[in-house]
Amino acid sequence: MARAVAATPAPVVVQPESVRRRPSLQLRAYPQLVIGSAVLMILLLGAGLGPLLVPYGPTDTDFSAALRGPSWAHVLGTDQLGRDSLSRALAGARLSMLVAAGAVVLGLAGGVPLGMISAMRRGWLSDLIMRVMDGILAFPGLILAMAIAFVLGPSVVTVIVALAVVRLPSVARVIRAQASGLGQSDYIESARSVGASPTRIAVVHVLPNVSSTILVLASLGAGAAIFTEASLSFLGAGVPPPTATWGGMLHDAYPYLEKNPWQTFVPGVCIFLAVLACNFIGDGLRDFLDPKERTRRRG
Amino acid sequence: MTGYIVQRFLQLLLLLLVVSLLTFILMRGLLGDPILLILGPDASVDQATIGRMRHELGFDQPLPVQYLDWLEHAATGDFGRSLRTPLSVHDALLSRLPVTLELSIEALTLALLLAVPVGVLAALHPGSRLDVALSALSVTTLSLPNFLLGILLIFVFAVHLRWLPSAGYVPVIQDTGQHFRDMILPVITLAAAYAGSFARFARSRMLDVLSEDYLRTARAKGLPHWLVLRRHAGRNALIPLVTLVGVEMAGLFGGAVVTETVFSLPGVGQLLTDSILGRDLPTVQAIVLFLTVAVVVTSFVVDLAHGMLDPRVRVARG
Repeated sequence: MARAVAATPAPVVVQPESVRRRPSLQLRAYPQLVIGSAVLMILLLGAGLGPLLVPYGPTDTDFSAALRGPSWAHVLGTDQLGRDSLSRALAGARLSMLVAAGAVVLGLAGGVPLGMISAMRRGWLSDLIMRVMDGILAFPGLILAMAIAFVLGPSVVTVIVALAVVRLPSVARVIRAQASGLGQSDYIESARSVGASPTRIAVVHVLPNVSSTILVLASLGAGAAIFTEASLSFLGAGVPPPTATWGGMLHDAYPYLEKNPWQTFVPGVCIFLAVLACNFIGDGLRDFLDPKERTRRRG
Repeated sequence: MTGYIVQRFLQLLLLLLVVSLLTFILMRGLLGDPILLILGPDASVDQATIGRMRHELGFDQPLPVQYLDWLEHAATGDFGRSLRTPLSVHDALLSRLPVTLELSIEALTLALLLAVPVGVLAALHPGSRLDVALSALSVTTLSLPNFLLGILLIFVFAVHLRWLPSAGYVPVIQDTGQHFRDMILPVITLAAAYAGSFARFARSRMLDVLSEDYLRTARAKGLPHWLVLRRHAGRNALIPLVTLVGVEMAGLFGGAVVTETVFSLPGVGQLLTDSILGRDLPTVQAIVLFLTVAVVVTSFVVDLAHGMLDPRVRVARG
């Protein structure tokens, strides 16, 4: 890029007006990003303020008011043990966000260095890393997560670990592909020629250039984590009861689908909105950060 | 072509070895003591019994010996005895396999039957109502976990309208009509997400191909529109779909586990869920290995098929 500019010197035109107008224009051009962020903010707000909004705890039972529909006392009704559904849905939001954040951070903390190492140090180590990643990727993700949670004994922490491991190969592969491309570029070559150490090149030169990819991976990963956590809890292989999880609520409510469908829809809508919000933000970010890709994909 | 097959076969063997090692490390190496996992946290059993169980199950051997022993038996289909039922793991797995296979194959077929025409039509009319509907629908199905879709379908078609059963299973050879009546909802549930992603892929490939020079040439020499689409555009656009099917196999088997649980289908997925809840370590280990090997072998076959359909692939990689 720098060379291209030097070869064809063009007059620098400063357009302060267009620069000032850019942000608002851009946001309107990326509705997915706006809608996704708005939904996620509402869910986060609900998760954070949950205990202040509802007078019942997520595990308080009241058998005299079991399996009720919405009422003024219980805005979203109650489950088969008389627990308040709104309170459980908000507690479930807290847990989903916690698990998603944990799995994303852990997956990136493992996957980004692995991908960068395998891109920058060609040789047996790189081969070993990628063969193991291929191996993990061959497992059906949900089944691997079930097995890991089973072996470690299901809890919030083990579910986070399981989801992070499942996510690891995708992160490592994408980062490896990006970092390999960067390795050919002139500025990495210059850095190497002035004697920068591989660690310095990785942290100072490569990492900032893959940061937008990391951002996209993080939001898509959060969606995948919420999706898989809900599947695990629905199958009874995730965070054990009585902790409120969306998947667990669905598992409890499903046998009463005919009698009280309302109890199934509450966690169902929560899961759908949360996953949709994360996918929207991921897709929106990708378009936002790489407009070229956007025009190509939309034809 | 022979070179390509040999090369892919060696890669397959390596991947199978990695997968079996990972499965073993996961199920045995990570545990302090597999006996305690089997017994559960609440069990009160004396040390002598634990010692005897450990010996009977072979857990007192060094780990490499255990791995080789397990691999040798697994390679011949012997996964040991189930801890929960009197059946051997092999027999339990075999009795559940047809359900999962039928579900997966039917779902894959439905997804392709829906996706290809819709994707191609959307590409021929970009920006049309169909195109917009396709992108909206595929975003929705990708964010809708399949157990949720399954429950929704049951609510509408089984509970509310009472058109279709919410659970039940008959083998396809026993009563084909009843089989498909039972399977409509599970198959739609499993197929939805893949139909969306296949259709999106078919659309974008078709759009790429439509702007190729050889298509203009075909039109310029006066071929009728449908022939250009079928022979020149369709073939080139849809062959890569084969690889996407290979990539999605892992997800398809994972989805089958959930779908079987929602619709109470007696398949491998339900066996896995039951075995996890019942702490049946040999069965869990066998199913994890079996499904993963199935994924690996399917993508191997898919890769070979792709190489056979598209000579460029085997030249580039082989």
